[in-house]
Amino acid sequence: MSPDLPKLIFGRLTLESLPLHEPIVVGTFVVVALGGAALLGGLTYFRLWGYLWREWFTTVDHKRIGIMYMILGIVMLLRGFADALMMRGQQMLAFGGSEGYLNAHHYDQIFTAHGVIMIFFVAMPLVTGLMNYVVPLQIGARDVSFPFLNNFSFWMTVGGAVLVMASLFIGEFARTGWLAYPPLSNIGYSPDVGVDYYIWALQIAGVGTTLSGINLICTIVKLRCPGMTMMKMPVFTWTSLCTNVLIVASFPVLTVVLALLSLDRYVGTNFFTNDFGGSPMMYVNLIWIWGHPEVYILVLPAFGIFSEVTSTFSGKRLFGYTSMVYATVVITILSYLVWLHHFFTMGSGASVNSFFGITTMIISIPTGAKMFNWLFTMYRGRIRYELPMMWTVAFMLTFVIGGMTGVLLAVPPADFVLHNSLFLIAHFHNVIIGGVVFGAFAGINYWFPKAFGFKLDPFWGKMSFWFWVTGFYLAFMPLYVLGLMGVTRRLRVFDDPSLQIWFVIAAVGALFIFIGILSMLMQFAVSLLRREQLKDVTGDPWDGRTLEWATSSPPPDYNFAFTPVVHDNDAWWDMKRRGYQRPLTGFKPIHMPSSTGTGIIIAGLATAMGFALVWYMWWLAAVSFIAMVAVGIGHTFNYHRDFDIPAEDVIRTEDARTKLLAGVN
Amino acid sequence: MTVAVHPSQTGEPVFYLADEHPHPEGWSTSLGFWIYLMSDCLIFAILFATYGVLGGNYAAGPAPKDLFDLNLVAVNTSMLLLSSITYGFAMLTMQQNKVAQTQAWLAITGLFGLAFIGIELFEFAHMIHEGATPQRSAFLSAFFTLVGTHGLHVSCGLIWLVTLMVQVRKFGLIEANRRRLMCLSMFWHFLDVVWIGVFTFVYLLGVLR
Repeated sequence: MSPDLPKLIFGRLTLESLPLHEPIVVGTFVVVALGGAALLGGLTYFRLWGYLWREWFTTVDHKRIGIMYMILGIVMLLRGFADALMMRGQQMLAFGGSEGYLNAHHYDQIFTAHGVIMIFFVAMPLVTGLMNYVVPLQIGARDVSFPFLNNFSFWMTVGGAVLVMASLFIGEFARTGWLAYPPLSNIGYSPDVGVDYYIWALQIAGVGTTLSGINLICTIVKLRCPGMTMMKMPVFTWTSLCTNVLIVASFPVLTVVLALLSLDRYVGTNFFTNDFGGSPMMYVNLIWIWGHPEVYILVLPAFGIFSEVTSTFSGKRLFGYTSMVYATVVITILSYLVWLHHFFTMGSGASVNSFFGITTMIISIPTGAKMFNWLFTMYRGRIRYELPMMWTVAFMLTFVIGGMTGVLLAVPPADFVLHNSLFLIAHFHNVIIGGVVFGAFAGINYWFPKAFGFKLDPFWGKMSFWFWVTGFYLAFMPLYVLGLMGVTRRLRVFDDPSLQIWFVIAAVGALFIFIGILSMLMQFAVSLLRREQLKDVTGDPWDGRTLEWATSSPPPDYNFAFTPVVHDNDAWWDMKRRGYQRPLTGFKPIHMPSSTGTGIIIAGLATAMGFALVWYMWWLAAVSFIAMVAVGIGHTFNYHRDFDIPAEDVIRTEDARTKLLAGVN
Repeated sequence: MTVAVHPSQTGEPVFYLADEHPHPEGWSTSLGFWIYLMSDCLIFAILFATYGVLGGNYAAGPAPKDLFDLNLVAVNTSMLLLSSITYGFAMLTMQQNKVAQTQAWLAITGLFGLAFIGIELFEFAHMIHEGATPQRSAFLSAFFTLVGTHGLHVSCGLIWLVTLMVQVRKFGLIEANRRRLMCLSMFWHFLDVVWIGVFTFVYLLGVLR
């Protein structure tokens, strides 16, 4: 056997690539392997593979895809949070000559993986999942515009997540920070596979995100039910529309900038190098042209959730609907005019910095308008403090603090002091946790009964709420203090012992959040066990206002037996008020898209290709690429992609619901 | 939407469609494809911007004046422009339901496209042979990436074109195939427009600079 053969087959993957010298990683691997084996064994033992494949993996139903996105987000939250706990532990211990328990090589991977996972594989799936589930129901549609594409987008996101997880056990992840700035991320300073894992994970997931953005824009523009004009759309649908416009208008920038970085790394071009005319700052500019809209991609749907929740649980029409819509649109546009505030210290001069500082501060105006709209919605409302409303109030208090520190950072001279300090870390966790994460939790608690037909357990929900909220303040307020004292981000060891107490408090906060996460898992488990007591047969457990509450919980495959007709912003509220009678006869066959395995197959091949490119296994990359194209083309030869649900099935489903409703009344 | 949403004859408000028709197949396709094209346009916009920023960084290497042969590029440009015209003819014959003629125009379009790619590859090979490789300077990195990305798009278009010709042969000019030909048409003309940008900003202004 020629000595080159293993290299030809495995590229640069050797046994030494496995991190066997890292006891923490080996321990994690053992736990994951045992857990994974138990899960796979269980699925096989209970013969669930066929069911999962037929009903979930190949489904094109937007509701099931939405649920799968949520599961992906919650699973990845556990991984991303494990990273957070490790960082807090390291920074708490590494004082007075102690090196802590993480070496630099491992620690740098952890802070990079934490950021990448939390943004791309926790926040994005949670937000996309909620939009996928709720938007078609809110606009009275049967599915999204391109159901197959929806399935494919989901599996591409999973493919990216799989690559990030693989990097934990096979090789390493990037040690560059979550945006992988060159020259550090260039081949000269990061010759290992970490940055390549980063690039291909994000490229594969990014394709999915862009396509899902196009899909949801089309859905909202083309599939609204009769009567639902743009200014009669629910606010969550509006914010989803703006978010998906942002996705389509920003993710291609990420695609390009990562492609250019990979050209630098693989081909040796000079886009972001220090010599031959390359410019690393070009990368920083481009990635933030994507990166800043990205934070609005995450937070706008959260604003939509809070709007729905505030209005429902105050029993009132949303205050200032029109201004809410315009505020959302203004934020969408302004989010493109502020990217440079992430690097005022680049040295582009006073005029440029002033422009971007001022545009940044202007964003606080529409955001403030939204805050007042929520407050005035609550004013004189009959407020019910159920879990979604609790998360909303926590958001309003927390987000205002985050917003104010944001305006502070928008002042260029102040930013020169605070740039890359823990003050910045505290600020963006303040808005992302306080805005996006609280929003996702409000949304989960709000729409869970719609998706599964029973409410979530309030006791464990409140446990989760209080531990999360207090944990957040304990974990991040000390970081503001440390940042003002000049402590910079991503440090592994500290010299000044007087700082230690703040890191101890922050670590206690992280433990509180940990209990909050465990309580949430407990909440899911307990609710599942108590589902009979928590059951809701009405389909409208919160006395809701928008169309998703008009159908059963969980909704039938076809969502609505008859397409609704809308006369008012709060369509379902209007229907209830005017004595709407649910139709009991006249059901017809319903045209629906068929399931297909093509999405998961192409995404699997894309993931294999990404893995092959990371490890320089050129033959595997070529084979999986050609297979991808072949499967894709093969799919276009299938002209029969939908079927009719027979009228008898619709009648059976609707009659069952009629009986259930009669049992209640 | 053409459905009546006003109160019914009895004066009661209508809350659902008792008699509805599903959206026709491909109801959202042209909008979706347009939005996709705009996202692709953004990819080119960033590549143009990158070229704009880095295009003057020759790193003591060759400059556009030393490299570009405007005559060759003019021939190449005409190949692509002609392919757009012939694609237009394919669409016209498709409207008249003439399968054979549509296929013929598509084939001619493909040949023009192939000629375009061939000339581009020849140009690239020539430059690389002279030492003007993508690694030589940031200008050349940006040049090869911008022009190469366009070429890659045209190549994908060619694969798509062949696929569609097979499908038209197999299934005729059915509604789904017409829609697909329409999407490829938008794609093809879009690449033409992008090329006009490349021709102007990269080649013409490059030689003038």
